Amino acid sequence: MTLRGLLRALCLIVRRNLAQHALSSTVTALASALGCGLVIAVVVVREQAHDAFVGGPVGFDAVLGARGSQLQLVLNTVFHLETSPGNIPWSMYEDVRKDPQVELAIPYALGDNYRGWRIVGTTPEIFTRFEYRKGRRFQAQPGGRFFDPKLREAVIGSLVAQRTGMRVGTAFHPQHGVADDREGHHEEEYVVVGVLEPTNSPSDRVIWIPIEGIFRMGGHVLHGAGETFVPQPGEKIPEEAKEVSAVMLKLRTPMAGFRLDQKINREGTAATLAWPIGKSLAELFEKLGWMDRVLALVAWLVMAVAAASILASLYNAMNERRRDFAILRALGAKRRVVFSAILLESTAIAGFGALGGLGISTALIAGAAHVVRSQTGVVIQVFAFHPVQFLAPAAMVALGALVGIVPALKAYRTPVAENLVPQS
Amino acid sequence: MPLLDIRNLRKTFRSPDGSEALILDVPGFALEAGEHVALSGGSGSGKTTLLNVISGILAPDAGGAVVLDGEDMAALPESRRDALRARAIGFIFQTFNLLQGFSALENVLLGMMLGRGGDEEEAKRLLGRVGLAGRLRHRPRQLSVGQQQRVAVARALANRPKLVLADEPTGNLDARSGREALALIREVCRESGAALLLVSHDPAVLDGFEKKFDLASLNRAAGGAS
Repeated sequence: MTLRGLLRALCLIVRRNLAQHALSSTVTALASALGCGLVIAVVVVREQAHDAFVGGPVGFDAVLGARGSQLQLVLNTVFHLETSPGNIPWSMYEDVRKDPQVELAIPYALGDNYRGWRIVGTTPEIFTRFEYRKGRRFQAQPGGRFFDPKLREAVIGSLVAQRTGMRVGTAFHPQHGVADDREGHHEEEYVVVGVLEPTNSPSDRVIWIPIEGIFRMGGHVLHGAGETFVPQPGEKIPEEAKEVSAVMLKLRTPMAGFRLDQKINREGTAATLAWPIGKSLAELFEKLGWMDRVLALVAWLVMAVAAASILASLYNAMNERRRDFAILRALGAKRRVVFSAILLESTAIAGFGALGGLGISTALIAGAAHVVRSQTGVVIQVFAFHPVQFLAPAAMVALGALVGIVPALKAYRTPVAENLVPQS
Repeated sequence: MPLLDIRNLRKTFRSPDGSEALILDVPGFALEAGEHVALSGGSGSGKTTLLNVISGILAPDAGGAVVLDGEDMAALPESRRDALRARAIGFIFQTFNLLQGFSALENVLLGMMLGRGGDEEEAKRLLGRVGLAGRLRHRPRQLSVGQQQRVAVARALANRPKLVLADEPTGNLDARSGREALALIREVCRESGAALLLVSHDPAVLDGFEKKFDLASLNRAAGGAS
C-alpha cells in the first residue's frame, strides 16, 4: 500500500465513519467545542479585563478623595461604579491644584444620575486639558460643543447617547443618587449641547455638567466649611462652603506621587490619595484570583469531560463496528490502519470541537465585552489574539487523540475471522 | 510452479475449556495460475478456515507451507500477510461483507486504496463491468442482494489479484441470481486471468467446474487424504 493510498483510505474511512455516526459525532464535537470555547473565553476575558482595569490608560495618575477606601475611590471616579466615599473641602482641591508638581487637577462632584447614567460635575478643563490617552482629548461630535460652565448644559459620552437616544438639544432632569429613580428627579433642566466621540473608556458612560450645576442642584447642600450651606439662586457660593467628591490628578513626576502619598495618606487624616491608580485594582484582582482559578478549572474540566465523552461514544460503538474492522482487515488493511482510523476519527471529532470552540469563545467574549462595556465602559477586544486561542484548541485535539487510543486499541485487537460473519 | 502450493497445512483451534481441536490437516493441494477449482464440503468441514488460512487472515500451525505467488504465507509475519492479501488475493464472501456506510464505488475504491492504490476511473469501469454503472453512489442497503454480491465481485477484482477466493458466493442468493453471480465471477476471473478457488456445498454450483474436490478427501482432520 502506498502512503498516498493509505492517507486516502484513512480519510475515506474517517469521513464515512463520522457520517455514519453523525449524531454522536456532532454531540461530542459540540461538547468539545463548548469546553474549548469556555477555556478560551474565561482566560481571554479575565486577562483582558485585568489589563483594562489595572493597566488600561485612564489619563490620570492619582485620585484625591475623602478618607476611606482607595479602591472605592478609584472605582467611583475612574470607572463610575460604586458610590462616592464622601466629599472633601474645595480648599483641598485648591491646595493640590497649586502644587507645582501637579500638572493637572480636575474636581469631580458626583452623586446624581440620569436613567442610571452617572452625572459628573466638573470644570471645562476636562475637555480642554485632560488627555484620556496620550495626545488624545475629548472631541465633540459634529454639531456639538462643550458646555458653558455658567449654564445648565451637558455633554454626554458616546455610549450614553447610543443607549438613551439623547442627542444635541435633548433636555433632561438629573435624578438624585446613582440609581435610576425617575420619581426623584431634580427640578433643574439641562440641555445636551455635545456628544463626545467614542473613547473606548469609562468616560463614554458619563454625563458631564458644570460643577457649579451640582452645587446649585435643588436639594443639594454644601458642607465645605463644616456647616450646612444652601446655595441661593443668583448668590455667589463662598469658596469655603464648596466641596467636591474627588480631584483627579495628573502628576509631573512619579516622585510627586510618593510625596503626596506620604503627606496625604501617612501623615494626614482628612483625605485619601489613590496612587498609583492601578494598584488598588490589582489588589482587587489579586483577592478575586481564586474565583478566576475556579472558573478556569471548571472550563478545563468541561474540556476533559468532552474528551471523555469522545472516548465513551467511540468505545461504545466498537462492538457494532467490529465487523467493519474485520472487513477492512480482510481487504488487506493492517492492524495499524484500523488503529490509525479510530485515532484519526477521535482526533477529527476533537478537531471539529476545537474549531467550534473558537467560534463559541468569540461569541462568549463578544457577549462578555458587551456586558463589561455597558457596565464599566471598559473595552474588551473580541478579536485580539491570545496564546490560549491556540493552546486550548491544541490541547483539545491532543486530548481527543489521547482518548482515541483506547478504542483504537480495541479496533487493533479485533479478531478478523470470527467477526467476518454477521453477528445476530 | 503453481500459483498456490499448500504443503502439510494444519490448523488447530483452542476451545475455551483449554482443549485443542484440529480443524485442518491438508498434506498437499495446488492451484495453477488462472485455474478455476471448486471445493465442496458440508458444514464444519473447514472450508472457511482453509480460505482464511490461504488468505493469511489466520496463521496456520507451525511446520506447514502455504506458498502463494512464490511467498510462503505461513512463514510471513502478520503485516506482510496483510500486504500480500491486499495485493494478490480477492475475497468474495457469502454475506458480501460490504461496508454499509460506504457507497458501491467507495467499497471498490477502498479495496483499491488498501492494495495497489485508488483509481476512481478503474473502480467505475469495474462496477460498470458487473452491471452497476448506474448504482455507483448507492449504499449497500439501497441495492438488491444480487447487486450487493456484484459490488463484492468488483471489489474482489479491484487490485487485479492473482487469486480470487469465493466462500459460498451464492449462498445468500436465489437460484437464478446465484447462477448469474457464479457466471459473472467466473467470467471476470477469466478476463483478468485470476485463478479462482471457490468453496460451496451447492451441487448446482459445483457442477459447472471441471476441477473440483471434496474437502473431506483433502483434509485428514475431516477423515480424508489418509
